[in-house]
Parts: sequence; C-alpha cells; structure tokens
Amino acid sequence: MEIPYTVEARPDTGVPNAKLGIWLFLASEVMLFGALFSSYVLLRTGAAPGTWPHGRVFLNVPLATLNTIILIASSVTMVMSWASLKLNDFKKYRLYMGLTILAGFGFMIVKAFEYGHKFELGLFPKSNTFLAIYFTLTGLHGLHVLGGMIVNGYFVGPGAKLWRTQPERFTNRVEVAGLYWHFVDLVWIFLFPTLYLL
Amino acid sequence: MSASDVEAIRKQTRTYIGVFVTLMIMTILTVAVSYFHLPVAVAILIALIIASFKGSLVAAFFMHLSHERKVIYWLLLLTVVFFLALMFIPSLTQWNQRYVR
Amino acid sequence: MALVDERAAHGHAEAHHEELGFWRKYVFSQDHKVIGLQYGFTALTFLLFGFSLMMMMRWSIAYPNQPIPLIGKLLKASGGIIVPEFYNQLGAMHGTIMVFLGIVPLAVGAFGNYVVPLQIGAPDMAFPKLNMASYWAYFVGGVIMLGSFFAPGGAAQSGWTSYPPLSDIAPTGQTLWLFGMLALIISSVLGSMNFITTIVQLRAPGLTWMRLPFFVWAQFVTAFLLLLAFPALQAAAVLQMMDRLAGTSFFLPSGLVISGQQLAVAGGGSPLLWQHLFWFLAHPEVYVLILPAFGIVAEVIANNTRKPLWGYRSMVYAVTFLGFMSFIVWAHHMFMTGMGTVMSTFFQTTTMIISIPSVVILTALIISLWGASIRFTVPMLFALAFLPMFAIGGLTGLPLGLAPSDIHLHDTLYVIGHFHYVVAPGTIFAMFAGIYYWFPKITGRKMSSLLGHIHFWPSFLFINGIFFPMLIQGMAGVQRRLYDGGATYSHAQGVLHWNVFMSISAWCLGLSQIPFIINLFWSIWKGKKVDSNPWGATTLEWAAAPSPPIAHGNFVEVPTVVRGPYDYSLPGAAQDFTPQHQEA
Repeated sequence: MEIPYTVEARPDTGVPNAKLGIWLFLASEVMLFGALFSSYVLLRTGAAPGTWPHGRVFLNVPLATLNTIILIASSVTMVMSWASLKLNDFKKYRLYMGLTILAGFGFMIVKAFEYGHKFELGLFPKSNTFLAIYFTLTGLHGLHVLGGMIVNGYFVGPGAKLWRTQPERFTNRVEVAGLYWHFVDLVWIFLFPTLYLL
Repeated sequence: MSASDVEAIRKQTRTYIGVFVTLMIMTILTVAVSYFHLPVAVAILIALIIASFKGSLVAAFFMHLSHERKVIYWLLLLTVVFFLALMFIPSLTQWNQRYVR
Repeated sequence: MALVDERAAHGHAEAHHEELGFWRKYVFSQDHKVIGLQYGFTALTFLLFGFSLMMMMRWSIAYPNQPIPLIGKLLKASGGIIVPEFYNQLGAMHGTIMVFLGIVPLAVGAFGNYVVPLQIGAPDMAFPKLNMASYWAYFVGGVIMLGSFFAPGGAAQSGWTSYPPLSDIAPTGQTLWLFGMLALIISSVLGSMNFITTIVQLRAPGLTWMRLPFFVWAQFVTAFLLLLAFPALQAAAVLQMMDRLAGTSFFLPSGLVISGQQLAVAGGGSPLLWQHLFWFLAHPEVYVLILPAFGIVAEVIANNTRKPLWGYRSMVYAVTFLGFMSFIVWAHHMFMTGMGTVMSTFFQTTTMIISIPSVVILTALIISLWGASIRFTVPMLFALAFLPMFAIGGLTGLPLGLAPSDIHLHDTLYVIGHFHYVVAPGTIFAMFAGIYYWFPKITGRKMSSLLGHIHFWPSFLFINGIFFPMLIQGMAGVQRRLYDGGATYSHAQGVLHWNVFMSISAWCLGLSQIPFIINLFWSIWKGKKVDSNPWGATTLEWAAAPSPPIAHGNFVEVPTVVRGPYDYSLPGAAQDFTPQHQEA
C-alpha cells in the first residue's frame, strides 16, 4: 500500500507530502517561540522603569556572537550537504553533514560554558525575571538544537542507507531536516539580539 | 543529472557563500551597534531590522523560500498574522497601565 | 460498486504482502482505522470517567458535607465527605479530562482519523508513523493526568484553566497536569500536521475543494486551530513548570503575600501573562470542540433528508472565516482583568463578528430540513437535537461576549450553563450521531435502533434538566466552582432548590447512557449485518468495504470523483442518492 506523493510532488500543489508537513511543523514552532517572545515583551514592558537589565550586564556577548557565527555556518554546511546529494556526491554530503553536527556540538559546548559560568556566579533562573526568560528561551532553543543534531546524526549514520536504494527520497528527507535546522538558526538570529544586545 | 542541473546547483552554491558572508557582516554590525548606547526604542528597532534582514536571507536562500509554492506561502502568511497578534495584543491590553511602586 | 465487490472477492490486490503480527496490527498500528478506534475507545473511557467525576461533584452541590454513598467508603480521610479541596480536584480534572482527553481525541482523533482518509479516497493518512506517535503521546498524557490523582496533595485543583498564582503554589498534582498537557499538546500538533497534509495532498482525482464533504472542511479548519494555537499553551506550560520547579516568577508579581508570608521569589511576573497565553489557545480550542460536531451533523442531516445541504458554499466560507476569527477573540475571557476600553471594544467587536459564521452554519443546517424527506433514524435524532441545543448555547454566549453584561455574569454558573449547552447536548450529541452513523462502516453491522431511542430520549430530557436551571442560577449571581452549590450566599438562596433537581437529572443522565454502552458492545458482535452502504449515502467512505481491512489500503482502485458530496434525489436518477464517484 503506497501513500502517493511521498517522493514526487503532487501536481496541483507542487510539493511532496513531507515538505508540506515540515512547513506545518515550523509554523507551529513559530507560534511556540512567538509565545515566548510575547512573554518577553509583556514582562519587559511590565517591569519597573530602569529595572530591566541590558543583556551585557549578565550575559557574555562575545561568546554568544561566536555561537551566532557557528550556527549560521552550520546552516551553510547543512544546505551544502543537501546540494551535494543533488550533485550525486555522497562523500561530500557526509562531510558537510558531519560539519553541521560538529557545529551543533560546538554551539552546545559554548552554551554549557555560558550556563556553567552563570551558575558559578550564583545566577539562576530564579534570580530575576530577565534571567528566567533568558534561561527558558535559550534552554528551549538548545533542546531544539539537540533534537536537530540527533536527526542529523541519524541521517549521516543509519538513515544514510536509504541513499543506495531510494536516492531521491533520501535527498528529500535531508532537505526536510535542513529546513528544520535553518529554522533553529533563524530563531537564534532573533534570540541573540533580543537577549544579549538590548 | 543534466549539465544544466549541475550548473544550476553550482550557481546556488555560490549564492550560499555570498549569503553567508552577508550574514557575517550583519552579525558584526548588529553587535557593533549595541555598543553605541542608543535610546532603548531606537536600539530595539535597529536590532529588529537587522535581525529581520538576516532572517529573510536564511529563509529565502537556505530554506529555498524564494522559489516555493503558493500553498507554503499562504500557510506562512496565515502564521505571520497570528504571530503578530500574539506578539502585540497582550501588551496592548496593558497599554494604559503604569508600574505602581 | 466495483470498489467493493472486487475487494470481497479477491482479498487484497498487492503482489506480495506479509501479514502483520498481533502487536503491529492492533496495538502499534500505523493504520488510520485502527488508530481511529484506539482514539475512540480511549476517549470514550475518559469521557465516562470525567462524567463520573461530575456525578460526584453534583452530590456535593446537592448535599454538601454529607457522606457520599458507595464512593464515600474510598474517602476514608474525610469520613466519606467531599471536602472543598477534593471538590476542586474533581472540578479541575472533570474539565481537563472532558476537553483534552475526551472530546478532542474523540472528535478529531477518532472520527477524523477513521473517516477523513476514507472520505477523500486516500489509502491512509499522509504520515502513518506520525499518526501512531500521536496516539501514544495522547495515551501517555492521559496516564499522567489520571496518575495525578495519586500525587501527594491530590490532582490539579486550580480549575482546568490553571490560573496562577494559585496554580503556581498548588500541590504536586499540578506539575503532573503540566507534564500531561505537554504530551497531549505534542499529540495534537503532530496530529494536525497529518490532517492538513492528508487533506491537501491525498484527495482522490476529481475531489476538488468545493466537492469535499463538509465534515472534511470542518476537520481541515480544526487542524489549523490545533496547529497554531496549542503552541501558546505549550509555552505557558513550560513557564509554569519553571515557576513550580525552578523557582522563577513568570506569573508571580512582586510583593505577593500568601497566608501572611511574603513569597521568597524574585517577583516581577504577571498572572495575566498566563491568562493571555492560556486563552490564546483555549478560545480556538472551543472551536476545535464544535467544528467536528458541525461536520458530523451536516453529514447526518444531508443523508437523512435525502437532499443536498442548503448553502454548502456559505457553510464552507463561514467555517474558514470562523477559524480565522477564533484567533482574535480570546480576551473576551478576560474582560474583568482591567484592560482599557479600547482593547475591550476590540475584543467585544471581534466576538460579535464571530457569532455570524456560526449562525450562518446553523441556519444553513436548519433550512436544509425544509422540504426534506426526513428519516428519523437514531443518528438523525441526535443531529436534530443538536440544532436547538447549539442555538441555546450560542445565544447564551452573547451576553458573555459583551463586557457590560459580562460584569454580572462572569464566573457565575451562567458561564457553565452556556458552554455546557454547546459542548454537552451540542458536541456530545453530535458525537453520538457520528457513532450511530458510522458504526456500520466500521463494523459491518448496525446498532440497535430500539436501544438508540432508549438512549436518546431520556438523555435529551435530563441534559436539559441539568443545564437550563444552571442558567437561571447563574443569572441570580451564583458563582462557579463552589463545592456547596452556593449554599452560604444570601443571593443564592432563592435558586438553591434547583441543585437537587439538577443533580438528580445528572444521575439519571448517567443511567441513560447504559443502553448506549450495552448497544455499542452488543452490536459489535450481534448487530444486524449490513452491506457497505446501509444508509444510502453519497460520500466516498461508503464505497469502501463494510469494515475496510486493516493495513491493506481502503479501496481496491482509487476512486475518481465526478460530482459534489450531496447528490441526493438527483432528478432523473434511478435511486434517491448518487455516490460521488458514480458517473451519471
């Protein structure tokens, strides 16, 4: 029993199922992070004048800038891994996907360092509302990075078997995984200035 | 895979690198601006403009949104409308309230 | 017809095919029909449990501080009495279970999953594995929710609305509520992705948007509501978890004093933040509760009037407009929170506007009865009863949507009466209609019509016996969530006498469900066998085999649709119905 349009696009909509599926998922994620950003706005506008700290008071801007560069670079390697599959270059795909996962590790390590340093200084989510929303937003984002790394790991590892039997389907899957990964990068592009630079 | 397909992908690859460089520049820019100690409202506006620009580059080029289908565009338009409602309306309900010490 | 006969004769058409083992076929199934039934039975069980909680609440309301018979033996600590803290648990969990574990899984998970792929001529949902994951996430969420009753301090007891600061400081059961919601929301979001992709991508050839059965349109819009609104509650649940587990103050204002003690938290939070995020979901949620019901009632009415639905196009525009508007009315649940007149006006206006599409849909359904050859089958009884019941529910919502009248009615029993009218004799009656209607498709047998009547008539009577007086009590100003039904308030004295009447109605309503439960199970094995289309219906699901086989696809050959969904009584046709895939 075959489900139609798993690989090829449906003629009138022009998309295969998984592409529509992932964009729907990303739409729900926009609303999830949107709700948290909305919470940030409400909490900040509701704070007593002058009590909301500038990001640099509590946070490490240079480290976060590094993380921003790492994540954006990982988006490039992610899309390059997909492009390599389109060019039938499986070895290049493996290289770029591996780099993407490595970048993910880098991001998480920097994050762990950031968090650890705060805890050392006695700065916890419960310390004040700014730190509360900071830890929650970056924590949830970090979980999403982790999830992406697991998915990418699957596609560079056991999942890569599909390339030999159904290359087009595999390429689509990598594209779909890429869309998720770019979204995670996109969220950070907004998170970074909001929390660290304002 | 035809030669033109290969060429098309290679051209895309060159675009990706170009986008990456632009994103790096914008990142440095946004960090630099934050050191200018601008009034909060202005700082927020500039940060959001730069972030939106960076975000649209990622969306348009890395996520291939510049050449997507109508169904995806409509879905995203709907999402953006509700996102904006969620972002701004709750604060509007407290527009007239001040912090009371 | 060809779709059915070949199926019966040849079994299955695939070249090679291994039979699935018991576990992969019936438990961890990826077949939308099995998953639909899993949702269905789990949801009906939760509905029964939630109903039982209500029956206990009604004892406390009618006979406060008196030991409750039978169940009282389990409440040893209080000598069999329902104490206020326990009443609050019953209330919060009744609401949570009915809404999140009962109706949505039944309306969307069960009916949606089983019927939608069949109605659009698809072999299954677009993402079968995801479908399975959705069901099990729901199951896990349900187990966590039920488990919360055994937590120290009991289950969640801050209302199904879980308002902070109370919910922030409530006992452990509330944390389990939050974890349960996390799982349930994941289930719904994954499910909605599946529904939307399935309906967009897997429609059979010829099945254009304006030829879709209204039921599919309703599920389509519902899926968007779930997809885009639930994440807000997910975020809110995460924030409340942080407050409860990590000591943050997202919802705790500075200087909060509880029982004479200043709370040792950073403060700076806002209880209203929770309300905004909660209601951003919970308002679209109530449309999630009603839209599938509209869909089922539309199908049953079209089928039992033997004529096309009146105003199909208007109904489609109305339901999509309704879905859109449902995202911008949420603060009508917050009129009493001190928002300024500008925003209050905004929300009153959008709320008044959103009543229009509901009226359009209801009117179209009513006009569909005009000049019809009505068959009073059991599904039709429930569908017909839905119409005036939903009308009462909808009309009673209007004074709540206008701030001046809401001042008097907010948080009274009037609100409870209003929304129960929509959900109980509204949605749940539509669910019953759907069960009686689609039972022959699922099992190949019909449910007993006699037992159906014995189920329907007392249910209709007693359900009004509960909720009509509730509106009266609410208008007298009796507040909601009082374990003694308002007994200690002077303004309630004049309407207190209704409580016993309402409670007896509730227990009789409970008894009236017994014929249904007997009918359901008895008919699975002993019901009268029927062919693939016993109701003479036009939509595609009736072209599949009676009880389509599991994991073998639904149709031998993909049907091609050549006409609209309700070509009943076509002039010149041989029968009074012409199926969607049948050429003239």
